[in-house]
Amino acid sequence: MIKKPAVKLSEAEVLTNDEIAPSVFLLTLRRDFDFVAGQVLGITLDPAEDARLYSIASGSSEPSIKILYNIKPGGKLTPPLSALVPGNKIWVTVPFGNFKPDNGPAYWIAAGTGIAPYLSMYRSGYGEQKIIIHGGRTPQSFFFSDELSQAYGDRYVRCCSGARSEGLYHGRVTTYLQSLDNLPADHKYYLCGSAEMVVDCREILLTKGIPYNNIVAEIYF
Amino acid sequence: MSPVQVLDVKHSLLGKTPAELKEIAAGLGLPAFTGNQVAYWLYKTGVTSFDEMTNISKQARKLLDDNYSIGISEPEKVQVSSDGTKKYLFRTKGGKFIETAYIPDEKRHTLCVSSQVGCKMGCLFCMTGKQGFQAHLTAGEILNQLRSIPERKLITNVVFMGMGEPFDNLDAVMRATELLTAEAGFALSVRKVTVSTIGIVPGMEHFLKNSKCNLAVSLHSPFDEERRRLMPIQHVYPIKEVIDTINKADLGKYRRVSMEYIVFKDVNDTQRHVKELARLLNKTRCRINLIRFHKVPGVPLEGSSDETILAFQRALNDKGITTTLRASRGLDIDAACGLLSTKTLVKQENPDY
Repeated sequence: MIKKPAVKLSEAEVLTNDEIAPSVFLLTLRRDFDFVAGQVLGITLDPAEDARLYSIASGSSEPSIKILYNIKPGGKLTPPLSALVPGNKIWVTVPFGNFKPDNGPAYWIAAGTGIAPYLSMYRSGYGEQKIIIHGGRTPQSFFFSDELSQAYGDRYVRCCSGARSEGLYHGRVTTYLQSLDNLPADHKYYLCGSAEMVVDCREILLTKGIPYNNIVAEIYF
Repeated sequence: MSPVQVLDVKHSLLGKTPAELKEIAAGLGLPAFTGNQVAYWLYKTGVTSFDEMTNISKQARKLLDDNYSIGISEPEKVQVSSDGTKKYLFRTKGGKFIETAYIPDEKRHTLCVSSQVGCKMGCLFCMTGKQGFQAHLTAGEILNQLRSIPERKLITNVVFMGMGEPFDNLDAVMRATELLTAEAGFALSVRKVTVSTIGIVPGMEHFLKNSKCNLAVSLHSPFDEERRRLMPIQHVYPIKEVIDTINKADLGKYRRVSMEYIVFKDVNDTQRHVKELARLLNKTRCRINLIRFHKVPGVPLEGSSDETILAFQRALNDKGITTTLRASRGLDIDAACGLLSTKTLVKQENPDY
């Protein structure tokens, strides 16, 4: 097969690469560019390969770029990515995308590492008037829960589908959303996660009377 | 004792290029021309087993059969519409399901193939999008949708407008288009094969550079914010960038580019949209293909009336953009545009939410 055309890539230095939960890593890169909260970054270890897109998890004023990723067994990128150590170089695109926050009231709904853009938005000063609903399989799936619990208190809901644990709603995000009555139709509803999660949540919101104009979806492509 | 299911772990030959088939033959100690013979049987005939490849020696057939599968699987179900459209259900190697639509229309016989099981793109108005994403298809599984149906010899056009986003499965789709149009493959004209994309820019760049097949783009709104609400991909690849990609490409003399536009009542069917479409497509050699919206359960959108659609079509034609209206086919069997789905057959495996 013919090789894919080169995209504009530049080198970025790895500052840290830590496993923060089983098979979930937080990669910190030296920052050489500006970005807007909610944007994505293309990452590859081989400039001849397609860059994979990841949401930036750090705030727009932080000195470094943070990326949250989980290891996809057998994947071309994430297993070798997880082996990188400080000082290694990777290839990145410029940040791009328009999954951007505003200052109005909104629900930020995520699954797994889909919490990343909301972390960026919160850390970039868009955290007011927001309610965060985060879904995960295990109690370890709620990355940065200390920071978010402290900032949001009861407005931060963790839905754990695979285990019961104190302070967590036992069940899937969709089950939790289904249980909510009187969701305000004039709020924005941001969704970030897999295609299945986004379409299931969107369907529930629509049946609860939320206009589709107020549903903003970002899917892990 | 319960029956033991034997899994087919042998590599399939359908989807291999003639050059690869020669290498495979050589790897088995067979003469290179055996590769050509296999290519002929795979792409020019309807045989479904090595035994039927009668110009290959018995010994060579056995060697092939011991090491490879032919890769052809019959559809498990077919539904027939009152208008002659047929919808085929196929089981993939991984045990998942896809649908394919066969649309006869006088001399034109179109096959609408799937490129993925489900779709990641989550467009608000699409039935396939509602089932999420389950798997990529291999080139062989894409080609099998043509190779295994009884209408195989009648097919004049192949469109990648079934389940999935073709450019999210770029390698398999490129290989499939190559074999559909190769002289030693299915030998369809590049002008009779159309790949339809939501607008994955890197995939489009690669396709426009390396294939001569037609391109269709799901446009649906010329306005950023409105398109974003209908199609989440707009966050990542805005329509202006998609159009720029086409404008920068060398389209050659004959390649057809079309913009697919589902007409939604009171959403994207106004004069404001006509003006903006004309502005957006000002430098683009393309046509617009209007599509009636086929109601999807739970989706808060309605199709525009025929009167509105025809007025919209006239207004676009008056602006100098050739605009056609696609006939809705296979509605009674849910085979029409945007309705293919195997959601009821999807087993949910360990979701992360």
